[in-house]
Amino acid sequence: MTDLAWILISAMVVNNFTLALFLGLCPFMGVSARVATALRMGAANMFVLVITSVSAWFLNTFILEHAPYLRLIAFIVVIASLVQVVEMAIKKLSPALFRDLGIFLPLITTNCAILGLAIFQTNRGYGLLEGLFFAVGAGLGLALALVLMASIRQRMELSDVPSLARGMGLVLIIAGGLSLAFMGFAGLLSA
Amino acid sequence: MSAPSSRGDDLLRGIWRENPVLVQLLGLCPMLAVTNTVANSLAMGLATFFVLLGSSVLVSTLKSVIPHEVRISAYILIIATFVTMADLVLAAVVPEIHRALGAFIALIVVNCIILGRQEAFASKRPVGRSALDAIGTGAGFMLALLLMGAFREILGSGSLLGVSLFGPGYEPWVVMILPPGGFLTLGAILLLLGWSRQRRAPQPRVRRWPHGVATGRAG
Repeated sequence: MTDLAWILISAMVVNNFTLALFLGLCPFMGVSARVATALRMGAANMFVLVITSVSAWFLNTFILEHAPYLRLIAFIVVIASLVQVVEMAIKKLSPALFRDLGIFLPLITTNCAILGLAIFQTNRGYGLLEGLFFAVGAGLGLALALVLMASIRQRMELSDVPSLARGMGLVLIIAGGLSLAFMGFAGLLSA
Repeated sequence: MSAPSSRGDDLLRGIWRENPVLVQLLGLCPMLAVTNTVANSLAMGLATFFVLLGSSVLVSTLKSVIPHEVRISAYILIIATFVTMADLVLAAVVPEIHRALGAFIALIVVNCIILGRQEAFASKRPVGRSALDAIGTGAGFMLALLLMGAFREILGSGSLLGVSLFGPGYEPWVVMILPPGGFLTLGAILLLLGWSRQRRAPQPRVRRWPHGVATGRAG
């Protein structure tokens, strides 16, 4: 049980996907201008991560033993098409949910955080349950980073930033600061 | 895409003027993750270059065969094939660098630079020009990687390609080779580029409005 909890906490703060491993930077930079959007992006991410974790586990256990060199191709094809199917199902069953999350799904299907999760999970030999905790932790971590960044950027709109620094340069410097702050969590695991 | 372009332009455009990382801000994940030493940057740059060139040539050769509706999936399959090749070759030839790069070689598949070039260029142009474009873009990506790698390795470990530069008295800025250093370095490079662009740009002749007055122009 404690192992599972550590997997979750580690993926969420210590090895935060965005701030420590640089995965999922495109949404981090692109969709972090508003807190509300960032929250929905985080939720959509979490959803795809869980689907990814289960399908990666399934592929690894039942199919890829026989053809490990097809791993990358199989992951991409299966994850992309599964997300597409679920997206269509949500569109049909709950249009409101689709409006909130749907526009992000195509964006994140082949995002590096998603494929990264599948690969890390494989490399570390996680089982189904461990994989699920890993996915939830990673999803929470991505959402946390997105919301923190969006909050800072919203505040920044009101401050007097020189025209030179408006844009990505400053966003990256702020991300550097956030990343430094998250390094403080590194001591948690060795204890 | 600027309209009439020559072969030379296909090649040179991606290296500096439309540099995929420094100007278009694509492919940031590998850019930040593997640039803590020059050697890692170089391996990553070469692998991406190979994948980009291979898939551009193949996509542009097959462009009339690939149905329009499933073109993105087809491109991704082609890219994934080349990435698997690069992954296996690196694992066999330079195992220690392959270990250092870890999952990031596999993650070349989702590097938006590569898919972007297929969709925007190789799927509409002849093979020769697609290859030139891929070489230019790949070189531009490698240039950005090496710039970051050199900067971070010199400051963070006081060495370049493993050769010590400043002698034992140098106190390395360890933070530069850790994750925050990646963000800070790229941020600093972008700010410097923006500064030089702003200095070279002609001064606007329009009247400057006092601070706080909405002018309708984005700031």
